[in-house]
Amino acid sequence: MRWVNRQVGRSNRIFLGSLPILLLVLTYLFLAVQRHEANPADKILPLPSAMVSSMSALIMEPDKLSGQFIFWADTLASLQRLGIGLGISTLMALAVGLLLGILPPVRATFGPLVTGIAVIPPIALLPILFIALGLGETAKVALIVVGIAPVMIRDVAAHVQALPRELIIKAQTLGASSWQVMIRVALPQAMPRLIQAIRLALGPAWVFLISAEAIASDVGLGYRIFLVRRYLSMDVILPYVAWIALLAIAIDFVLVTISKRGFAWAHGDDH
Amino acid sequence: MSSLLSLRNVWVEYGDKVIIENLSLDIEEGSFVSVVGPSGAGKSSFLRLILGQEGPSRGKILLDGTPLPPECGPDRGVVFQRYSTFPHLTALRNVMFGHECDGAPFSARLFGSARRKAREEAAEMLTAVGLGANLDSYPAEMSGGMQQRLAIAQALIKRPRILLLDEPLGALDPGIRADMHELISRLWRDYALTIVMVTHDIREAFTLGTRVLTLDKRRHDPQAPHRYGATVVYDLPLDKENAQVTYHAERITIDEVRNN
Repeated sequence: MRWVNRQVGRSNRIFLGSLPILLLVLTYLFLAVQRHEANPADKILPLPSAMVSSMSALIMEPDKLSGQFIFWADTLASLQRLGIGLGISTLMALAVGLLLGILPPVRATFGPLVTGIAVIPPIALLPILFIALGLGETAKVALIVVGIAPVMIRDVAAHVQALPRELIIKAQTLGASSWQVMIRVALPQAMPRLIQAIRLALGPAWVFLISAEAIASDVGLGYRIFLVRRYLSMDVILPYVAWIALLAIAIDFVLVTISKRGFAWAHGDDH
Repeated sequence: MSSLLSLRNVWVEYGDKVIIENLSLDIEEGSFVSVVGPSGAGKSSFLRLILGQEGPSRGKILLDGTPLPPECGPDRGVVFQRYSTFPHLTALRNVMFGHECDGAPFSARLFGSARRKAREEAAEMLTAVGLGANLDSYPAEMSGGMQQRLAIAQALIKRPRILLLDEPLGALDPGIRADMHELISRLWRDYALTIVMVTHDIREAFTLGTRVLTLDKRRHDPQAPHRYGATVVYDLPLDKENAQVTYHAERITIDEVRNN
């Protein structure tokens, strides 16, 4: 049988999928044990026991200085920034993307501006944001928005623009005005694509969040990672990175579920 | 003059490329006009003109004696070969769309008794095209023939003055086509429609139509084929009882060897 035709069943898929992850973990453990045999105080590849003990302090014991549970405070602060940034970007992508995609005069007027903003590396704008907005929450959220909104807007606009011309014509022959074409034809068909755009923007959004937190912050997952880096605390950094990955996977899963539940018509193969 | 739609010396040109040249035509109310012709002979341009998707470069198009604005409107319904239905709406909502746009300019959604009324009328129309059992299906769940039935129901709900069919059966298999021919004929009679249908299928054109138009180029310049546009070369009124075909033979100067 050709390899292109080999379908993998559900249980086999789980087994095969977990294989490389397991292999990676085993390799890490092997190397960590080896290093600890040579030097029991090794910090570069901490053993799971060290990770558990330092993480349980962060998760379950309040910080002596601030009285906060550091791990949860970090998570909450980061998720809040990410959520606000993603929320604002999503609303912008929907409103601006829809207008750019469906109304040719708006596209002619603002298309070049959006393209121009989209090609600026957002990190290059970070100093401007810090100078203009201060070092508080606003600048961090603004960095996420500046980083992902233009790409999302362009994606939604391109999708709306690529809707079959026939559909727009048909709507007009049924008496629809520009506004009605926008909210009844373009908007619902842009929604699944918008969710797709959020999923794709999630990666860059995390990058900008961690960057902003690394440079100027006093709480947050990125802040903590860059803080403990000074003490070579790999026993904190590694669990934090794994936690960020878990959060990202969870958010992605929620978005996919929303798309499948809310816009079943767009997932043809699920019928 | 009982003509519903008149084209007066209509030209369609893109730059120096002539698509349709000097086309004059009257379409009577209640007629079923089939339009045939080779590919690239301006059949689609002709349909886009009537639809209002584009305006003529020269000449006039009159609907009920008033000039047609170069924009689509609810007086002309259309069914395309593909993409004629909204994929995000169920069959019922697809058909209700016309009434919703009418009744609610801002929200484009109806509520209460207006909604019930639109719903009933839509269900009735769907039953008329044979989709009574598929009110809540999405277009993606339907076969090609069912999708075209849905598209026809959706267009008819607005009672258009003219129904334009752009190769509506082009993607269907022969058995389904025969059913659709029967459906279109029946709807045409029952609703007293005026239909303009563009088709590739000559037999279809003659079975369904009361008049067959052939679009083609009358002249052909081998050095600059784009300089001459298409126009009506045959206009055959089909009186189904005693078929009396009038050829506009004196107007045809197509040379087979193309040496003119």
